[in-house]
Amino acid sequence: MPWTTVQVEKLDNFFILGDFTGGRVLTYRDALHEALDQSLARDPRVFIMGEGVDDVAGVFGTTKGLKEKYGANRVFDTPIAENSLTGIAAGAAMAGLRPILIHARMDFLLLSLDQLVNHASKWCYMFGGKVTVPMVVRTISARGWGSGAQHSQCIQGMLMNVPGLKIVAPATPYDAKGLMVSAIIDNGPVMFVEHRWLHKTTGYVPEDLYSIPIGKGVIRRKGEDITIVAVSYMIVEALKAAEKLQEAGISAEVIDPRTLKPLDEKILVESVAKTGRLLIADTGCKTGSVASEIAAVAAEKAFHLLKKPVKRVCCPDTPTPTSDVLEKAYYPTAEDIFTEAVNLVKE
Amino acid sequence: MENGKLMDKNKLTEKSELMQKSKLIDKSKLLEMYKTMQLIRLIEQRINDEYKYDEIKTPIHLSIGQEAVAAGVCIHLRKDDYIFGTHRSHSQYIAKGGDIKKMIAELYLRKTGCAYGRGGSMHLVDPEVGILGSSAIVGGNIPLGTGTALASRLLNNDRVTVVFFGDGAADEGTFHESLNFAALKKLPVVYVCENNFYAINSHQLSRQVGDNIYKWAQSYGMPGFQIDGNDVLEVSDYAAKAISRCRNGEGPTLIECLTYRWKGHIGTVDDVGEGYRPKEEYDYWISRCPIKRFSQYLKDMGVLTDELVKKIDEEIYGLIEEAFHFAQNSPKPSPDELLDFVYAD
Repeated sequence: MPWTTVQVEKLDNFFILGDFTGGRVLTYRDALHEALDQSLARDPRVFIMGEGVDDVAGVFGTTKGLKEKYGANRVFDTPIAENSLTGIAAGAAMAGLRPILIHARMDFLLLSLDQLVNHASKWCYMFGGKVTVPMVVRTISARGWGSGAQHSQCIQGMLMNVPGLKIVAPATPYDAKGLMVSAIIDNGPVMFVEHRWLHKTTGYVPEDLYSIPIGKGVIRRKGEDITIVAVSYMIVEALKAAEKLQEAGISAEVIDPRTLKPLDEKILVESVAKTGRLLIADTGCKTGSVASEIAAVAAEKAFHLLKKPVKRVCCPDTPTPTSDVLEKAYYPTAEDIFTEAVNLVKE
Repeated sequence: MENGKLMDKNKLTEKSELMQKSKLIDKSKLLEMYKTMQLIRLIEQRINDEYKYDEIKTPIHLSIGQEAVAAGVCIHLRKDDYIFGTHRSHSQYIAKGGDIKKMIAELYLRKTGCAYGRGGSMHLVDPEVGILGSSAIVGGNIPLGTGTALASRLLNNDRVTVVFFGDGAADEGTFHESLNFAALKKLPVVYVCENNFYAINSHQLSRQVGDNIYKWAQSYGMPGFQIDGNDVLEVSDYAAKAISRCRNGEGPTLIECLTYRWKGHIGTVDDVGEGYRPKEEYDYWISRCPIKRFSQYLKDMGVLTDELVKKIDEEIYGLIEEAFHFAQNSPKPSPDELLDFVYAD
């Protein structure tokens, strides 16, 4: 069993109540699998490529059995050559296909930046829309179990600086399926950011294919005293913190941006108008993070609405340590969000 | 002199001038190749002449001296085949049948340019004829062309992709990663290396051990050839075979074409003499002018006459005049277009 699976199996089940209720409850992993399965069935242009996507583990179960079902032309393993694979996917997209390229670790995405940044993301602009690159880059961050500095990075903040690249980071099973469908049907490159610790979360997921608009956030929990914007897995920590804050008499509104770029600024500003306080939790390092960008939006568009300075709860600006002791100190938790939120409201 | 080795080796390919030529090409296409080469040469000379007026506000990379490669390869491509060029890709764009008016307008960064003035000389595009965009990152286009070839295979059509790149690109990981992938998947792609020996001012032998880029092909399990890139018939012969292999599902080929750019790396400067390229090397390659050699061959065969040369030149000058007139009189983009096309519709 891969070590991240050992770690994830140890996690508590976490149920996230999304926009949609009723029907089946699925895990995030199974919701993704269903989105891929149904998309492969729906559109012959869709195919999946990446390192180990057709092996027995099937990218943590998200692609398991798809090669057997759709054949080796639609779901196939690749050499370990992230940069060229990204360009190959981009080229196939230019020729009319809809590739889904998978990096089982977000760290590996760093090897592909030339093709992702210089080519796939710029092509539409550089050529006046004459050639488009409809591709999905799935990338999964891990955490814990000694993943260490090169198997646990969350670099979505770094990539927000890339013009032409849309970035989604769904936190719920419902959003995982809906945003995967949106990413596939989008006519440009979309980076699909997953967090390994979300794969086990559960929630209601419709059986039919549906899409969720890219660029639209959602309020996960309504509140009055403080706005907590949480990215990807930090939604789980933020919802736990909000529960505890409620017990302490603080009403927290939890916002899930779902799409990091283009960012839903409206939902952010409207919430801050109500609460006057903003805490942002991101899975990545603090400097130049998604939290930094959201804080900048707040400074530009909601400064007059803020009663207190903005607070960022992120990983420190260090590589991820491997020691379990240091690792524990490294990652922010619901407890950190709770403490900082109390400080913002009570001070 | 380090370069001597390359030059001596290249001389070996002169035997091709003696061998039976053009077996693989329809005689009617011989004139077409000549016209293409002459069109590339005269357009680039005109660009060279106009550049000093500072109205072409984009870096240009001229391929004067290298015309035979694009002409000899593209003569065998269909309109729906794909090519990917580089920062130095006027020649490929022209040879593949890209719209010349739109190319010159793009150099002038006009709204009527092939990329609406957003790309410039280094980013030419014409999807109507399979030109899906050239990349100015060395080696950056190699995966893209491998990807369109993958699409041809997955879609089960017989469209071929040709990727053009320089000797510098063979330094890059994308070259090696892509060749491996293409061979593994037996993709219909031809990798055409235009080896002009220099990456800006850096000679091949200061960047690579040996001067046999074509030999990488063997490691990756595909045929590889080093040929005289200034002999359009030799280029044409090898390209015809490689393209035919692609159409028959036999997989990729690497063709290393030894050639030489007459101008400096960028702009209209000459980079010959002290501190730059050796004068004797430059003179040697000038003496091997691909157009001069081919036109002499055609004249010997009776296909070309002085009269026909004059007539062809007149036609070409007419096209060039029309293209420059169109470009210089076209509107520039307006500032309110700045944010267009960041995302696809």
